[in-house]
Amino acid sequence: MNLADALALLERSAAEAAAAVVGAASLDDLASVERDWLGKRSPATAVNEAIKTFGPDERPRAGQAVGAYRAAVTDAVAVRRSELEAAAAADRGPGLDLTLGGHGAVRGHLHLVTQIRRELEDIFVGLGYRIAEGPEVEDDWHNFEALNIPPAHPARSMQDTLYIELGRPEQVMLRTHTSPVQIRTMETQEPPIYVVAPGRTYRNETLDARHSPAFHQMECLAVDRGLTMADLFGTIEAFAKRLFDDESVRTRFRSDFFPYTEPSAELAVSCVFCHQRGCRVCSHTGWIELGGCGMVDPNVFVQVGIDPEEWQGFAFGFGLERIAMIRYGIDEIRTFFDNDQRFLEQY
Amino acid sequence: MRAPLSWIRDFTPADAPIDEIVAALNQLGLEVDAVEEPGREVRGVRVARILEVLPHPDADKLQLADVDFGDGQTRVVCGAPNIAAGMVVPFAPSGATLPGGFTLERRKIRGQVSDGMLCSAKELGLGDDHSGILALAPDAVLGDDVRPLLGLDDVVFDLAITPNRPDAMGIVGVARELAAHFRQPFTVPDPVVVTDPGVAITVPVLIEAPDRCPRYLARVAEVTVGPSPEWMRARLLKAGVRSISNVVDVTNYVLLERNQPLHAFDLDRLAGPGIVVRTATAGERMTTLDGVERELEPTDLLICDADRAPQALAGIMGGGDSEVGPTTTRILLESAYFERMGIARTSKRVKLRSESSARFERGTDPDGVAVAADRALELLVAVAAARVAPGSVDEYPAPVVRPTITVRTAKVNAVLGTTLSGAEVREALAPLGIDLAGDGEVFEAVPPSFRPDLDREIDLVEEVARRIGFAAIGRTVPKPEHQVGALSRRQRDRRLVADALVGAGYSEAVTIPLVSPEAVARFSDAPPVVVANPLRSEESVLRSTLLPGLAAVAAHNGARGLADLAVFELGRVFLRPDPDALLPREPECVAGLRTGTVRRTPVEPDRPVDAHDAVDALRSVLDALGTDAVRIEAAPVVGLDPVASARVLADGHPVGVVGVVDPRVVDALGLASPAVAFELDLDALAAAPTRDRQFRSVSPFPPSNVDLAFVVPDTTAAADLVAALSGAVGPLAESVRCFDEFRGESLGPDRRSLAFALRLRAPDRTLTDSEVAEVRERAITAAGALGAVLRG
Repeated sequence: MNLADALALLERSAAEAAAAVVGAASLDDLASVERDWLGKRSPATAVNEAIKTFGPDERPRAGQAVGAYRAAVTDAVAVRRSELEAAAAADRGPGLDLTLGGHGAVRGHLHLVTQIRRELEDIFVGLGYRIAEGPEVEDDWHNFEALNIPPAHPARSMQDTLYIELGRPEQVMLRTHTSPVQIRTMETQEPPIYVVAPGRTYRNETLDARHSPAFHQMECLAVDRGLTMADLFGTIEAFAKRLFDDESVRTRFRSDFFPYTEPSAELAVSCVFCHQRGCRVCSHTGWIELGGCGMVDPNVFVQVGIDPEEWQGFAFGFGLERIAMIRYGIDEIRTFFDNDQRFLEQY
Repeated sequence: MRAPLSWIRDFTPADAPIDEIVAALNQLGLEVDAVEEPGREVRGVRVARILEVLPHPDADKLQLADVDFGDGQTRVVCGAPNIAAGMVVPFAPSGATLPGGFTLERRKIRGQVSDGMLCSAKELGLGDDHSGILALAPDAVLGDDVRPLLGLDDVVFDLAITPNRPDAMGIVGVARELAAHFRQPFTVPDPVVVTDPGVAITVPVLIEAPDRCPRYLARVAEVTVGPSPEWMRARLLKAGVRSISNVVDVTNYVLLERNQPLHAFDLDRLAGPGIVVRTATAGERMTTLDGVERELEPTDLLICDADRAPQALAGIMGGGDSEVGPTTTRILLESAYFERMGIARTSKRVKLRSESSARFERGTDPDGVAVAADRALELLVAVAAARVAPGSVDEYPAPVVRPTITVRTAKVNAVLGTTLSGAEVREALAPLGIDLAGDGEVFEAVPPSFRPDLDREIDLVEEVARRIGFAAIGRTVPKPEHQVGALSRRQRDRRLVADALVGAGYSEAVTIPLVSPEAVARFSDAPPVVVANPLRSEESVLRSTLLPGLAAVAAHNGARGLADLAVFELGRVFLRPDPDALLPREPECVAGLRTGTVRRTPVEPDRPVDAHDAVDALRSVLDALGTDAVRIEAAPVVGLDPVASARVLADGHPVGVVGVVDPRVVDALGLASPAVAFELDLDALAAAPTRDRQFRSVSPFPPSNVDLAFVVPDTTAAADLVAALSGAVGPLAESVRCFDEFRGESLGPDRRSLAFALRLRAPDRTLTDSEVAEVRERAITAAGALGAVLRG
């Protein structure tokens, strides 16, 4: 085969191949046509073999011709393939309507109180704390007496206690706060102690928009050598910044009274919603009251056999529902306990 | 308590701007609940005298009053019944404004022109009294603005006083705190009592219970009972106390000012001039001032007359026949100090809290008893024309000793995280009335007698903190060095269980563990833990299972048209204590409830929920925990349908229940039907064995699949056959699964066909046909031992 023969062969083949490609009736046909005109026995291969016998000045010309032939046939095959594929898809009927959705509910939702609780637990775990727990039905010792609240102490009238028909009258009760967990932790664990105690607490109230016989609190207790009120305030501020994911949060403390801490303070955080310009959440005060705090009263240490000269500690507590109410603008506490499906699925 | 600023200013200037005073009170722990300015909007109301009262010609309940307001006269229409000629009253002429920003205009009322109005106390923002027009002092100057006269330019702080601060329940105590804060003078004038030797009566006082009543002081005076002067009425009103009569008002006035409750007895109505302080005898009765007859107990302390007849429930409320009334001419004034806990106990037992008991139970000032009586007598002379008998009977056998407290400056700094000097500590404490001796490193401090809350070093540390303010304390974050923060295994498991159920489509409910006995009895026959003082029966016992709470959630949602529900709860249930224990057992459980329809349309048909849905949820929990050796065993369960319920056993121990909710319960609660449920005891599961976690290599060789169908009696559980087949095949059984259940007449009664797919695989080779055949025979034999017959 000389150069002229080769060029003629390619020109003729190109026309025949184009006709064969257009004539392919199926994807299988097309694959066979592609093999015939581009495969090992195709004219292009034959020319390529012959090129070795051509003179050096003829080879480029022949090479270019082979390249042009291959490109033309390859393009034609690609065009025909997409035509045939589209036709095959059309033969399968109309496509699936995926907007119909799935089979049904894919997952449920954790209760908002659990979500808040986990979030708080994780913040304190990050600060190096462990999670402590205790019974919801408590005895007088853990709920009151060891917390420096003896019988007939005026502070007991601050608590509307639900008593249980066990033991002596008023000896067993539904815990009115998570603070008894402080006592149980100190009774069983040597300091240093760094724990938080989340859990359910009870009051003698009927469920309505503003009251609930049960709700959730979280208590923090740290006992170590040399802990100060500055440590208490700093820990609360660090926690509040994480809780509201806002480094500009500030804390405010006002003198208050709790029998089991001294000094005691009410704790408030700067309003993260209006940045203290005044809004509904903070009742236009710029501050959101979160709970109470203080240094562990030495009497409490004595009750659990910890030397108050060697160890100092701090404690603070707050309500989980209250945090959720602040954060999400929930007005009524009963919302948490109605467990309406629409509420559960919103969070 | 309500503290009018004008009253505070009797003792200290307190002339800072109101917002600074409020900030100071808050910092000091005297929390300001509200700041009221009762007369802020009152403008142009003047003193007027009623000249004549005429009937309204066209209205029975209205009258016409001609009034003189100093520089003029006019006529107003008035609906109050108490007006009379000569009465001096507040008159709001047209153009004057009243609380609420309401401006008066001249207008006709039932045809008669009214040029303004006469005002009640309430209409001026002075409390709630709307029973008639407020009577002003007869000597008030006509035409004067009533604001200064009634103290309407005053500010009232409504303070929430914590139980440790009885001193701050008196105006003097609040003034002392503000004086210290603003570094201003603080002066409480000594009362000046003019006595009258012409009134000479001796009143013996016998204290039979000195531990309960350490001090009892009695004074005697002749009085003229009548109304109090305007300034006293207005002050009491602003402090939230209604005027009764000058004598009673004076005792209330001193209570509010000095935090010392006083009681005035009508001396002539006591049986003999004498006082006996004694405890009650069992079964004794007395009627208190509120008209309630009360049965007494030997722990109650009584103030009795010379005949030992009770005249007061000590420190709480008067009683008997000795109440001061309009005819009283001679009084015995009691000023006493009672032991705190005794008052608290009786007050709580008889459910009677008064302004007096609230103060006594927090601790009054034992050394302030005499001066408070003097203050009252000084006022009685001024407002009730009192003639005071000289001398007092003051029984105080064992004076209360003030503690001496060692205060270390180093300890103050160690607790507060401060670097205060001794001088700064002294400067913080001294203005509170604390006597200090010492060199600056260590003080010997003697707190004042009106501060019963101060008896330890830490109490004084707190005083320093209050005085310097918490804003002066820094912010540091301690890092535990002995431990790494982490959840316990159990706490992580709890999260895994909840997350597994969320993944299975269940939403978490949190219900209140207080339920009704009926609700808990539907799902449990164990006697529940009972609340001793429930507010209502619906919250009178503690749940012993989580199912009543979930059923209530389903009922709530069903009633709102949300019938398709999948909910779970994870929490404690309460079981009666073990024999030697005081407290109930509180196992932690998880339960799920699903009702209504499983929605799969339009892709597939919907179907009602069934018990297998509950089994799926249960298995997702067990899988999350990795619990091994679990069996489900048909058994009747309280609250579940007897033909569709089962117990769950782990390693042979009961850990829970599963099944269809009893249709009778569904009907009774109005739940969407069907309803299926499960409950698992997580405490019991924590003790159950868990999956072997030692790695097993997975075989790369192809499996051999064998399907076997058996006809079995209905009494044979599918799970038992699976166990038998697995056991017979041994380690080659990679999985054994039941894939078909069929009943038909051809099988005969009480029988069904169960088909099983066995996937066999060896770790080290491809199984040969003969090996598979041999395994198949073993499986058939094992099934046969359970009464299963291979189907042809």
